[in-house]
Amino acid sequence: MGASLDWKMAGVDMLKKRIIPCLDVRDGRVVKGVQFMGLRDAGDPVELSTRYADEGADELVMLDVSATIEGRVALLETIERIRNAIAIPLTVGGGVRNIEDARNLLNHGADKISVNSAAVDRPELIVEMSQTFGSQCTVVALDVKRLEQTSGWQIMTRSGTRSESLDAIAWGQQCQGLGAGEILLTSFDRDGTGNGYDCELIQAFTAAVSIPTIASGGARSTKDLVAAFSCGAHAVLAASIFHDQEISIQELKRQLAVEGIDVRL
Amino acid sequence: MRNVVQIIDTGVANVRSIQVALRRLSFESNISRDSNLIANAKHVILPGVGSFGTGMAGLHESGLAETIQQRVECGRPLFAVCLGMQLLCLESEESPDVLGLGLLPAKVQRFDTSVQVPQLGWNEVAAEPESDFSKEFPPGVAYFANSFRIADCPPDWDCAYTDYGGRFVSAVRRGNCLACQFHPELSGEWGQAWIGKWLVSTC
Repeated sequence: MGASLDWKMAGVDMLKKRIIPCLDVRDGRVVKGVQFMGLRDAGDPVELSTRYADEGADELVMLDVSATIEGRVALLETIERIRNAIAIPLTVGGGVRNIEDARNLLNHGADKISVNSAAVDRPELIVEMSQTFGSQCTVVALDVKRLEQTSGWQIMTRSGTRSESLDAIAWGQQCQGLGAGEILLTSFDRDGTGNGYDCELIQAFTAAVSIPTIASGGARSTKDLVAAFSCGAHAVLAASIFHDQEISIQELKRQLAVEGIDVRL
Repeated sequence: MRNVVQIIDTGVANVRSIQVALRRLSFESNISRDSNLIANAKHVILPGVGSFGTGMAGLHESGLAETIQQRVECGRPLFAVCLGMQLLCLESEESPDVLGLGLLPAKVQRFDTSVQVPQLGWNEVAAEPESDFSKEFPPGVAYFANSFRIADCPPDWDCAYTDYGGRFVSAVRRGNCLACQFHPELSGEWGQAWIGKWLVSTC
């Protein structure tokens, strides 16, 4: 795109850049794969949450990665135990199809709810959630795959098992119009690879959508995060680098600050 | 129920995080819309998520609007969070025909149109340097999720400020009444300390 960002509303850029560890949870354990496949065990969700919060994580995201496929809502007990362990915002996603699913997660300790497949199936869900709980509570997760033949990105649903004939940027704009407060933008191509965030995607997306965008997929080093922020991300999500203890969040934030990124220390 | 913190049930507010924060500080809590309990409790928290109009309608329906007014007028401990702080005010641009509790002589206004709303994320909070308020509640970084705010410090209240498209009032205090526009319960250890100090200082 390369378009000037001058027309964009300020504000969100005045806030601290957020570092958000992501816990993909399956059967009560944190797992991590590559491009959503080949999941390996990465630890206990409560132990990891406690460590990340202590290290200075700004928020946590917990996604029940098998919930939609198996047709159930995210593990309530795990949410409660994470809530009890942390004093930062907790976003929960996985299998949320209606207001009651969302309310159930909120009542068990989530602060924000992330929807993905169900919002693509029925976009009114975003309206219902933002009207009932507010935009600040309504996160839409986009799993995005780069198109092979032409330029652009398409939406994937059902944990990356289904391709939708839906343009990622157009869908992001629609989500914003329907009342989403935040977008969790995951590059399916980069997920778990450590090849760096898809900067082109982040740039194109944040030039077209003004609500806060959390970039996800591909982080391996501090320089990847610096690049994501300079491409327009308001927050970055990472999993493997934290699970594998390649770097602590504390050290990462210290390095980001040195690079001139305004983080909460 | 003397030592139990009463959290006012506003219907839509998600109060789990507040309850967990209180438990960490070794305080039991109870979610209630019983005006007797709210009137007699040592500590009362007015949380709030949702709109100004819905929030006030809920407080009138349960008869709690007067209970809260009486508590604050008598100088009894109240901690208002996020929308709760806005409900203490005279009125809000969010719901122009609805009167607030009128305890905080201020009008709630939408953020300047130059900034994205809601303000969603971490921002700096600081009271006037060297003030007593600042000594008790040192500057820090807080988690915000709001589209409306008070622009100016009401007379006779201690204020802390945050910048988002211009300076606004992110916390106020007078006696035992403390109110935050941010979410102390989601603002890490620094935020937890706000709740802890309010609980101790007003005991």
